Amino acid sequence: MRSEVVLRVVGKLLIPFMLLFALYVQFHGDFGPGGGFQAGVITAAAVIFYGLIFGLPAARHLVPDWVVETMVALGVAIYLGVGFAGLALGGNFLDYFVLDPNPVEGQHRGIFWVEIGVLVTVTGVMLKIFYMFAGRGRSGGSDQ
Amino acid sequence: MMAALTIAIVVQRNLFSVVVLSGVYSFLMATVLVALDAVDVAMTEASVGAGISTVLLLGALYLCGGEEAKPLRRPFLPLAVAIVIVAALVYGTFGLPAFSDAAAPFHTHVVPRYLIDGPKETGVPNVVTAVLASYRGFDTLGEVVVVFTAGIGVIALLRTPRRKGGKEKRK
Repeated sequence: MRSEVVLRVVGKLLIPFMLLFALYVQFHGDFGPGGGFQAGVITAAAVIFYGLIFGLPAARHLVPDWVVETMVALGVAIYLGVGFAGLALGGNFLDYFVLDPNPVEGQHRGIFWVEIGVLVTVTGVMLKIFYMFAGRGRSGGSDQ
Repeated sequence: MMAALTIAIVVQRNLFSVVVLSGVYSFLMATVLVALDAVDVAMTEASVGAGISTVLLLGALYLCGGEEAKPLRRPFLPLAVAIVIVAALVYGTFGLPAFSDAAAPFHTHVVPRYLIDGPKETGVPNVVTAVLASYRGFDTLGEVVVVFTAGIGVIALLRTPRRKGGKEKRK
């Protein structure tokens, strides 16, 4: 598919907006629909789109495997970190009220970081699954 | 329309069209969810159901070919089981409160607390986000761990040994 001029040009135009939309969904999740899961999937979809148009090696070059694998674990770590931060500041596990002197601000902060954790893990897992499936096709199924 | 689509998916033997039709089905489902005012769920359905799963299923098709195998036997027993279960489920729905009944138990129990106190306590206008990330933080943590487990499961199953050289694949 690398030779399709239309796809390449449209893809190059669209991908920045997809990533921007993912960020919008992520950070506007407090006020409108959206949140970490959706934003993570959209981010992963942008990279998968890139991989479909320019080939898997290009996507792997853009977002290497070790980054993806780190993201898978890092998101859970961020989420747990928020939980333990609440514990360390004298509250319960995942208690956001103690994260800031103003309880409402603390809630905002807690939800923000938790959503970041969700985003990172979901993006990582989606990309990893895509890489795994597509990579299997490339190396193992090309002789069929 | 969704029923027609489902029948088309069942009847269709070409798996490529089945994958595309299930993508269409997901989008229709998303519009239904929008009509039910569940915009967050609709967004997830559209992006995961129609986007990512379609890509992954197409990747699977690339690996295993695009034609469905003929069934060995006539599927009468599974059909009977399915019909019985559908009948039981439909019978169960008669016990549910009517659609948009404000006096239904799930509207009087915990929902008012979220709707009235939620914005005050969390300062987040979107109640779905408030419930998901704050009141039900443990559940969401569980979901993230589930996604994480799925990811490392796929890695454990499909990762090819790196430095084996030559024939690293056994299929």
